Amino acid sequence: MKNITPIWEVFVRAKNGLSHRHVGSVHAADARGAVEAARDVYTRRMEGVSLWVVPSNAITASDPGEAAALFAPAEDKIYRHPTFYVVPDNVKHI
Amino acid sequence: MYTVDYSKPQEPRLAEAEDGARLAAFDARVAADDFIEPKDWMPEAYRKTLIRQISQHAHSEVVGMLPEGNWLTRAPSLRRKAILLAKIQDEGGHGLYLYSAAETLGVTREELIEALHAGRAKYSTIFNYPTITWADIGAIGWLVDGAAIMNQVALQRTSYGPYARAMVRICKEESFHQRQGYEAMMVLANGTAAQQRMAQDALNRWWWPSLMMFGPPDDSSPNSAQSIRWRIKRETNDELRQRFIDATVPQAEALGLSIPDPELKWNEATQHYDFGPIDWEEFYAVVRGEGPTAKDRLQARIDAWEDNAWVREAALAHAEKQATKQAA
Repeated sequence: MKNITPIWEVFVRAKNGLSHRHVGSVHAADARGAVEAARDVYTRRMEGVSLWVVPSNAITASDPGEAAALFAPAEDKIYRHPTFYVVPDNVKHI
Repeated sequence: MYTVDYSKPQEPRLAEAEDGARLAAFDARVAADDFIEPKDWMPEAYRKTLIRQISQHAHSEVVGMLPEGNWLTRAPSLRRKAILLAKIQDEGGHGLYLYSAAETLGVTREELIEALHAGRAKYSTIFNYPTITWADIGAIGWLVDGAAIMNQVALQRTSYGPYARAMVRICKEESFHQRQGYEAMMVLANGTAAQQRMAQDALNRWWWPSLMMFGPPDDSSPNSAQSIRWRIKRETNDELRQRFIDATVPQAEALGLSIPDPELKWNEATQHYDFGPIDWEEFYAVVRGEGPTAKDRLQARIDAWEDNAWVREAALAHAEKQATKQAA
């Protein structure tokens, strides 16, 4: 696999005040090359003011097959939502 | 779409029995318009169909740069040259978005490119026609990119998430391609008698191949039904073709050009244009690589890949050296 150019995931900040958002990937031999490729591929029309590139193999993803079990603890705690609590109609601004 | 065989020795996923429950859950998700994402379980045939379709789409974008590149140095003005350069760069970008989407399915870009160069993968037949006058560049933007938009707008809702997202991005950029082509045609159509003839000649040559871009008719498109069921394709070849014709005929009239189809006429009852028979023999000949420029196109791709191998190798060697230096 020596001749395979590594893959980098690309994240673009559209403008200051927003977070970086994943847009796709590029191939590059190193980080600097990845930034340059990301600029050419993903920001030809002023789509961003800042780029992140991350080696794809550095990302650990959760397993969608186990999503139900992984996110289950959040599901049965409905008291975390404001609508769980009943407040009389005449009480305002709460 | 066309057949591509990505035969890989020993697909471990195929050996694994695909149990009925997972398949039923998958079908239900697709039927409910849920998007399928890269790490989700999917039937092997779904994965293979996507790899074939997305890579063929990617190859088409990249090969599509060649007929246009033919006119870069001879564009009639600096403005046209800058526009054409930007368009060609977009096509390269579109190819990269699509290769990137295909790679989420567990193939490498290198494997896909190798399949193209070995003749195992196809690209759109439209790029096997030559661009012999400047008007062809206008006609490609107007008709070929116009047909591509029809297809790609529908694909923005395709069931595979990375493919759908690539399509959204591509569609945003594609509109410029069609409009610049139409504008170039407008200039010629309003120009001298010779320029008008050139515009009409380009329309004559590109009209039928553009209609063929939508693929064979529904009754002889073997993969269509399954692709529709999996919501990889959202509309059939014939539906998209009809929509393209309905949209394009008035555009030709506005240019004062005539569509080279004596049977073309508005049908008040169906509210669509009726059109003459398409020469599918020609289509299949071009798919088989018998088009006038097929050999040149593929050779140009192979040369570009091989002649520039040293750049990729040097970049990797440099990266390795820097990494070693940093570790020391």
